[in-house]
Amino acid sequence: MRISRRILAGLATASLAVTATSCGGGGTSGSFDDTVTVGILHSLSGTMAISESTLVDTEKMAIEEINAAGGVTVGGKSYKIEYIVEDGASDWPTFAEKSKKLIDQDGVPVVFGGWTSASRKAMLPVYESKDAFLYYPIQYEAQECSNNIFYTGATPNQQSEPATDFMYKRSPAAGGDFFLVGSDYVFPRTSNTITKAQVKQLGGKVVGEDYLPLGNTEVAPIISKIKKALPDGGIIINTLNGDQNVAFFKQIQDAGITPSSGYYVMNYSIAEEEISTIGPEFLEGHYGAWNYMMSIDTPASKKFAASFKKRWGADRVVADPQESAYNMVYLWKQAVEDAGTFDDNAVRKALVGQKFDAPQGPVEVMPNHHLSQTVRIGEINSEGGFTILEETGVVLPQAWNQKHPSSKGFACDWTDPSKGEKYKL
Amino acid sequence: MELLLDSLFNGVAIGSVLLVAALGLAIVFGLMGVINLAHGELMMLGAYTTYVTQLIFKLPILKPFYNSYIIVSIFLAFIVSGVVGILLEKTIIRKLYGSPLETLLATWGVSLILQQFVRSVPLAYGTGLVISLLIGLFLPTTFPSKIKESINFKYFKFSSWIFAALTGVLTGSVISSSVSKLSRASARNVDVTAPSWMRGQVEIIGTAFPKTRLMIIVITLISVIAITLFLNQSAWGMRIRAVTQNRQMSDCLGISTEKVDIITFGIGSGLAGVAGVAVSLLGSVGPNVGGNYIVGCFMVVVLGGVGNLLGTVLASFGIGIMTDLIGAGRLLSIWPDMPLPLSNTINFFATTSMARVMIFALIVIFLQFKPTGLFPQKGRMVEN
Repeated sequence: MRISRRILAGLATASLAVTATSCGGGGTSGSFDDTVTVGILHSLSGTMAISESTLVDTEKMAIEEINAAGGVTVGGKSYKIEYIVEDGASDWPTFAEKSKKLIDQDGVPVVFGGWTSASRKAMLPVYESKDAFLYYPIQYEAQECSNNIFYTGATPNQQSEPATDFMYKRSPAAGGDFFLVGSDYVFPRTSNTITKAQVKQLGGKVVGEDYLPLGNTEVAPIISKIKKALPDGGIIINTLNGDQNVAFFKQIQDAGITPSSGYYVMNYSIAEEEISTIGPEFLEGHYGAWNYMMSIDTPASKKFAASFKKRWGADRVVADPQESAYNMVYLWKQAVEDAGTFDDNAVRKALVGQKFDAPQGPVEVMPNHHLSQTVRIGEINSEGGFTILEETGVVLPQAWNQKHPSSKGFACDWTDPSKGEKYKL
Repeated sequence: MELLLDSLFNGVAIGSVLLVAALGLAIVFGLMGVINLAHGELMMLGAYTTYVTQLIFKLPILKPFYNSYIIVSIFLAFIVSGVVGILLEKTIIRKLYGSPLETLLATWGVSLILQQFVRSVPLAYGTGLVISLLIGLFLPTTFPSKIKESINFKYFKFSSWIFAALTGVLTGSVISSSVSKLSRASARNVDVTAPSWMRGQVEIIGTAFPKTRLMIIVITLISVIAITLFLNQSAWGMRIRAVTQNRQMSDCLGISTEKVDIITFGIGSGLAGVAGVAVSLLGSVGPNVGGNYIVGCFMVVVLGGVGNLLGTVLASFGIGIMTDLIGAGRLLSIWPDMPLPLSNTINFFATTSMARVMIFALIVIFLQFKPTGLFPQKGRMVEN
């Protein structure tokens, strides 16, 4: 007993010593003049951990790459980036709490974090009240534009609008009727409101929509509705979340709702990571729309995928959310170097107009704190990837959607003090 | 006709998922009065058993029998969940009989432990652990009675546990080295793919029915028939019913209530495992899969009347048919030109979310008038 206690004490001192050397401010190791500590805030436990932990991996990789290339240079001094990873635990109030901790206690100049819209909505007031800066990497429903958040994911006009257009005009089910399926929360409902307005403009018809409560996997009533509304095939727009997709695709295949019988599903939440979980045999022939797809055949894309596999294992895949997370770390670095300081307000000014050669192609930060991006439509193939069918040019982001009835005619511009969050065009 | 058939089938399909999930709970909660919040996690274990069996049947030795893995996994799932249930009864629930609140909290704790267990322990070693438990619990009961009565029996028992542990570790490492997917812990949801003969549809009287749904209905039917026969025809079934009706009197008459409790709980848990197999055919298998069903299970048992299997059966099919009727807006196709306010109301509730709201509301209203469910228990003991 005595021995074990002594060992414990020894371990405790040893671990203290380790933390002191690794996190202590004076780590002027190697050729760096100083260090800067940034915050990473994603769920590492709970239901969202599976998805969000891939972002932590990507952000760590981006930081390591920057450090290996000499770190961040500010005012002639080179800074090594260090990070504090906090766990949001798939619990939205925890995200707000941990944000406060990172800003107040750790004094980080920037936080990279979030996945679900609910977590972002929970964090937003914290960043606004403390005038801190959050970088948020996920494709989302937009209808939000904060001076304190930088959104590197797609807005609906950079994902769902080109996708709906493709389905109605150029897919094998072109001209067909639409059925909208989603999980019951803010993203699917907002996204589908936009889709409905767009289908109406295009001259098409939405013959039905249904939402599955989160956690529910009983899709039998939805299937009978689809069969009733689209007896001879048609277009299904799917915004289901997580494992509800597994139940949906397993059961629609059993019910004969397949591409071979004329039903084509366009998915907004299924990337390479999800394809491998659901199984390509259920998804083959359906579609997805993203800014980044692993099958993009450019050196930048290949390098991104290869370095991720090298860092985290050959069986890992990269997908759109990870690419956004990767971009935002680099964009922050560029903005800091341009501003010549880590101060939030200066970095925010320097951020707008930053350009970066991302794995998806060139991206640029717009005055509304969103990115201009390329949109790609892909068909899911039997190897579990996308066969890219179409590629748009660079699409400018709309923080306030121009098809959604509540935000039509509005825009956001943070570079002009008279315009700000929401002004009339 | 076709419409009616389609609607009836959908209702029965939804209902049979509810029924197979609630059947075990109807026994554990209905007959024993144990509020087992870990019931969903016992289902999850059944679902994971299906997944492990599927992967093991992909090994070269068993490959020729791959198509029958789902049948095998039904029995294995029953055993796995049953054994875990028995362990749960022996270690935790037994101490808490007669204190429902403590049972509720303790089983909720167990459910969290089980969820985290499948997240952080490689499935290969989880399988090994279950095999150890199985051997450790049942090996001593196979000893001849001479040994059982001897004073040194505890040493025999102890050594059989050591043997069990060694076998468990050995199988764990064998599985871990031969099936790479099982050798690493992962919180990621996994997928059970039905064998090819169970995918697609069959056509009956001009209407196409998905085969997996038919399979689930068959599993449910067999489980219900088997459990009814067991309770009403077998000697142990009679003892279980006797203990349910009057525990002290049964004890006085020489029925070992302790054994009855173990068997009842084991069977209830085993049925949860079978439900896990059924559920794995519909969606993905993950640590949270059981939590999605637990509320529905309690709802069915309470609605049917605690302690009554027939009530559970009728309640689940009732809820299934109502879900389909409301959720898919069937009434509109039966009566297309109903007055506008009525059809608007029906359209409003014709989404999956709102149908659920409606079903819960109807159940609440129903329980206002019949608080003890469809088939209340009658008899002298009910008052206590």
